[in-house]
Amino acid sequence: MLDLFRRRRMWRRQRDLKDSYDVVIVGGGSHGLAAAYYLAKEHGIRDVAVLEKRYIGSGAAGRNTTILRSNYKTPEGARFYDASVKLYEGLSEDLNFNLLFSQCGHLTLAHSDRAMFVMANRAEVNRLAGIDSRLIYPDEIKRLAPAMQVDNPHATYPIMGALYHPPGGIIRHDAVVWGFARGADRGGAELHQNTEVLGMERVNGRVSEVRTNRGTVKAGVVLNCTAGWSTLICDMAGVPLPITTHILQACVTEALKPLLDVVIVSSQMHIYISQTDRGEFLLGAEIEPWTTYRMQGTLNFLQEVSRHAMELFPQLERARLLRSWAGLCDLSPDYSPILGPTEVENFHVSAGWGTYGFKAAPIVGKTLAELVATGRTPELIAPFALERFYEDRLVSELAAAAVSH
Amino acid sequence: MSYVLSCPNCGVREVTDFGFGGEVSARPKSRPTFRELNTYNYFRRNVAGVQREWWFHRSGCRAWFIAERNTLTNEVLFTARPEEVGEAGPGGRGQGGPDGRGEDGPDRPAAA
Repeated sequence: MLDLFRRRRMWRRQRDLKDSYDVVIVGGGSHGLAAAYYLAKEHGIRDVAVLEKRYIGSGAAGRNTTILRSNYKTPEGARFYDASVKLYEGLSEDLNFNLLFSQCGHLTLAHSDRAMFVMANRAEVNRLAGIDSRLIYPDEIKRLAPAMQVDNPHATYPIMGALYHPPGGIIRHDAVVWGFARGADRGGAELHQNTEVLGMERVNGRVSEVRTNRGTVKAGVVLNCTAGWSTLICDMAGVPLPITTHILQACVTEALKPLLDVVIVSSQMHIYISQTDRGEFLLGAEIEPWTTYRMQGTLNFLQEVSRHAMELFPQLERARLLRSWAGLCDLSPDYSPILGPTEVENFHVSAGWGTYGFKAAPIVGKTLAELVATGRTPELIAPFALERFYEDRLVSELAAAAVSH
Repeated sequence: MSYVLSCPNCGVREVTDFGFGGEVSARPKSRPTFRELNTYNYFRRNVAGVQREWWFHRSGCRAWFIAERNTLTNEVLFTARPEEVGEAGPGGRGQGGPDGRGEDGPDRPAAA
């Protein structure tokens, strides 16, 4: 017990950068830190630097709506995200850090015959991959979410059914970041905050040096785990990407009594709703269609999200919004990630995460670590290679990921 | 805060009035290889800074026009009819066009 009250640093304070590292990871978010963690844990690679422009988890890892699920539409996607949820299930124990993971169940509402058909299709794909996912009808929806207005004859979007995914749920996102950071630090990785990558040297088709605001380091392998900023880092290595950067916004209400213990998502209403452990309603919407690097929210989002939330939960009418925020999303053309090697031999990417990167953090870390250690692309992530866009072999998750989580 | 754009036909309107058509990009040569065509279709410069881009006045005159906008600040530097702007310019290395996009706007499901 005493240990609980002792003030201890979660990770070591770092002074100067060394001259060289075996692996340089750009981006101190959930993906970069997970990669550092698994490099040490599974492959004994400890000469690793994680370079973070601001502070650990200041980007998408600290701005997402903490929802985990694996009910994707393509077999490749479902298998991949399922492996991630399975890792998340054991992650609190693995990191010895309570991540407050609550597998409360995830409902994707269907408001049309077409949506019902797509949900049925997704349920079949999921079950073939061994993922618990099924189509349910309004009576069961009412049992799972009694506070939600299901039978509303005047609804703009009547609820016809839902895809029910019991293992889906919410997790404490900051804890995931801090747990991975502590684990990576104990494994030997150096976490350098306020360290911005400014450029890279390319020699003979390899990245030889990474230039930062705190000096230049030689790198054996470079991983780009920078989500919304992926294009800019890839530009430094001379690797074009098929992504565009958009803002995604979310907001929370003040804390309310417990009303809702499942995650509710509606693609047609562009909304996802969950109630946090503190009682706040956490509302998220869809990305803005225009590209931007400016993380500032819009009034339009607040209007739309509250209108849709109140269609489902009229009880929220008098609830006050406490805060809203925006984060950057790196959207790929097929709504699947871009993961693995590039044409630059020692430069690998984890990009194109759109609105679903946080769900994949542990499996990205694990597979990227395997790629770095063995030099071979793990079979699980082979379908997500950057090369697929040059060959027009897309993995379309439009139906399951275009509207978020 | 969101921002406003000035439609060359209708004047200043909120950004929600418009459809976004993406950055202006150079069209491939007339008989592109499969790889060149896919590069044109999928790859984007995704500039952090000033870029030239296509917009569509969805809730107004329904015309396509060009804007130059700073993606770091969302400041719109100018808007113009496509025939009024030359081929060069930040973000635009050649003629673009709302290719393959119908009258209803961008072909990516206007996500929001």
